[in-house]
Amino acid sequence: MNSNHISGAEIVIRCLHEEKVKFVFGYPGGAVLNIYDAVFKQNKFKHVLVRHEQAAVHAADAYSRSTGKVGVALVTSGPGATNAVTGIATAYMDSIPMVIISGQVPTYAIGQDAFQECDTVGITRPCVKHNFLVKDIKDIASTMKKAFYVASSGRPGPVLVDIPKDITAEKYEFNYPKSVHLRSYNPIIKGHSGQIKKALSLLLSAKKPMIYSGGGVVLGDASSQLTKFVRTIGAPITSTLMGLGGFPASDKQFLGMLGMHGTYEANMAMQECDVLLAVGARFDDRVIGNPEHFLSKPKTIIHIDIDPSSISKRVKIDIPIVGDVISVLTELNDLLSKEKIKQNTSLKHWFKEIDQWRSLNCLSFKNDKKLIKPQFVIQTLHKVTKGDAFITSDVGQHQMWAAQYYPFDKPRRWINSGGLGTMGVGLPYAMGAQLAHPDAQVACVTGEASIQMCIQELSTCKQFHLPIKIINLNNRYMGMVRQWQEFFYGNRYAESYMEALPDFVKLAEAYGHVGMKIEKPSDVEPALKEAFSKKLKERLVFMDFITDQKENVFPMIPNGKGLSEMITAEDL
Amino acid sequence: MRHIISLLMENESGALSRVSGLFSARGYNIESLTVAPTEDATLSRMTIVTSGTDEIIEQIIKQLNKLIDVVKVLDLNDGKFIERELMIVKVKANAQYRYEMQRMCDIFRGRIIDVSDSSFTIELTGSSSKLDAYIESIDKAAILETVRTGASGIGRGDRILKV
Repeated sequence: MNSNHISGAEIVIRCLHEEKVKFVFGYPGGAVLNIYDAVFKQNKFKHVLVRHEQAAVHAADAYSRSTGKVGVALVTSGPGATNAVTGIATAYMDSIPMVIISGQVPTYAIGQDAFQECDTVGITRPCVKHNFLVKDIKDIASTMKKAFYVASSGRPGPVLVDIPKDITAEKYEFNYPKSVHLRSYNPIIKGHSGQIKKALSLLLSAKKPMIYSGGGVVLGDASSQLTKFVRTIGAPITSTLMGLGGFPASDKQFLGMLGMHGTYEANMAMQECDVLLAVGARFDDRVIGNPEHFLSKPKTIIHIDIDPSSISKRVKIDIPIVGDVISVLTELNDLLSKEKIKQNTSLKHWFKEIDQWRSLNCLSFKNDKKLIKPQFVIQTLHKVTKGDAFITSDVGQHQMWAAQYYPFDKPRRWINSGGLGTMGVGLPYAMGAQLAHPDAQVACVTGEASIQMCIQELSTCKQFHLPIKIINLNNRYMGMVRQWQEFFYGNRYAESYMEALPDFVKLAEAYGHVGMKIEKPSDVEPALKEAFSKKLKERLVFMDFITDQKENVFPMIPNGKGLSEMITAEDL
Repeated sequence: MRHIISLLMENESGALSRVSGLFSARGYNIESLTVAPTEDATLSRMTIVTSGTDEIIEQIIKQLNKLIDVVKVLDLNDGKFIERELMIVKVKANAQYRYEMQRMCDIFRGRIIDVSDSSFTIELTGSSSKLDAYIESIDKAAILETVRTGASGIGRGDRILKV
């Protein structure tokens, strides 16, 4: 044997070193014991031991969302891999660059129904950007290189590498390729110049231009280019749930989030505009509702996206521009700097119309003396954290309130599961964000139903000293389910009531954290101030806010309806 | 409308299931699907016969292109093309049918490739609609067994799908 030969497991680790990976989130098991032995012998990255594989993938996902780097998770074969599937599908729906390494039974045992065997590549195929089964030790390094390249280029996404146990024990030389080329994979970066010129002249001559930005702007790190462009042309802008922070929410050109729970002004402007520029967004059902209704008001639509399949999927696009958003926006800005911009007088009229919609003040709510309003908790959280925290959320009413009442001025601060809508992501997301930003304030906005889906991670938080603040909006209901049942199912609250809830204060204390129960509106601000104070800076604080049970999220577009068919709090 | 889509993909295990999985996951129709390696052993060529509106076909092409293993995709219906399918059919050839089956085979330019006392095995090639027409034309009661390959297609003249 050659003296510079190392084990397959060590090759895997060396690949991670080459990729400058700082954190690996994982859980050991039989098929990955060789890899874990190699993890033990190194100190270039930190391994974060979770309490359930789902959380490993979510945490790696949030690490990526909050930094832009590739997140890495490591799980064992069989149940390790199947537990990871929810996390992988979540990352896939939101196009998060990740590499998931899964152990597999030895090559000679594949197909024999071996202990902890499952067809991981088959199971994950529909929810990964790509996956690989490594059958030869010679292929480990090149496969890992391909995995990182595919995950992080083009429209990003999770890539899974399945490695049988015997391959990790064999020995071979380590040779990490400097670059990798796949003849079948060539993402388009630069947009078509002719189309870009056409788009700009359409926008500049529009009477009612509108910008609609999505998660692609955040993922593509194009926030400053977008901000520059939008400020120069002076058009109003809205953002999807995933795009929040891509353009500063405090800017007066920003109309708030659009969609099912978007603001009245954003949805109306989206419907009434004459030229629409979509940037890194995909016109999904929760955003534009019914496509026919959306197109019933004629408009010219320009769409910038790196993924050609996102263009003309639900809505026919007039000017498609396939390319990386940062590259296309930079080109647009360059064109703008050469252009002499005339004062577009129609913009004034357009904003007048928008101001009328704004004057409806659709996000206003009445505070109560006795009951804590969930919206008030989020507003106070914004105040106490000076709008500068990393906010993760679970899925449901609290997620929408966080999106509506915590305006984000910076990208990568708002971390939630938009596409798949996975309950349980909040706490592991906060772990990933806190590890990536140890000195930052990280808050997990959640509900008493969602938090229980990954509650075991309180133990991980203790082990790694993660001072996350958990904002539990506890209304004793699966709030969003209850809201739909109230509106569309004649108040029949089928199985949406959370009975036998734990005492969250004691639960937090049992895990070694600080617990707080807040029952009065007047206690909300003092409690939040205390949780974010110096005294508790090093501690995880679980804040159980007992909120108004009957509060609903407004405005709301009922499923299948159009953008201008919103129900507001006033209507009921 | 019916479309024939040809594609070249990496000849790797699992590549076929990526394509078939895409069609089932997104609810696209597959009328037939054939695949075999090309003269370059690292590549497989697949022919998929599908149907849908122009918008659906556009999405199918885009989604196929998005698969990492897929090297090139061509919608043959975008230009002139030739389509062939092979069918082997076993028909009754007893005294009642023997002459009739031979005649129909000639009309459709098939070849009898196996003969027994009571049956003919006939090989037929042509467009899928020609094979359908043959089946329509003969007495259903005479059909013992059929097997079809699904359509393959190639562009006419200078239309070439190659890496």
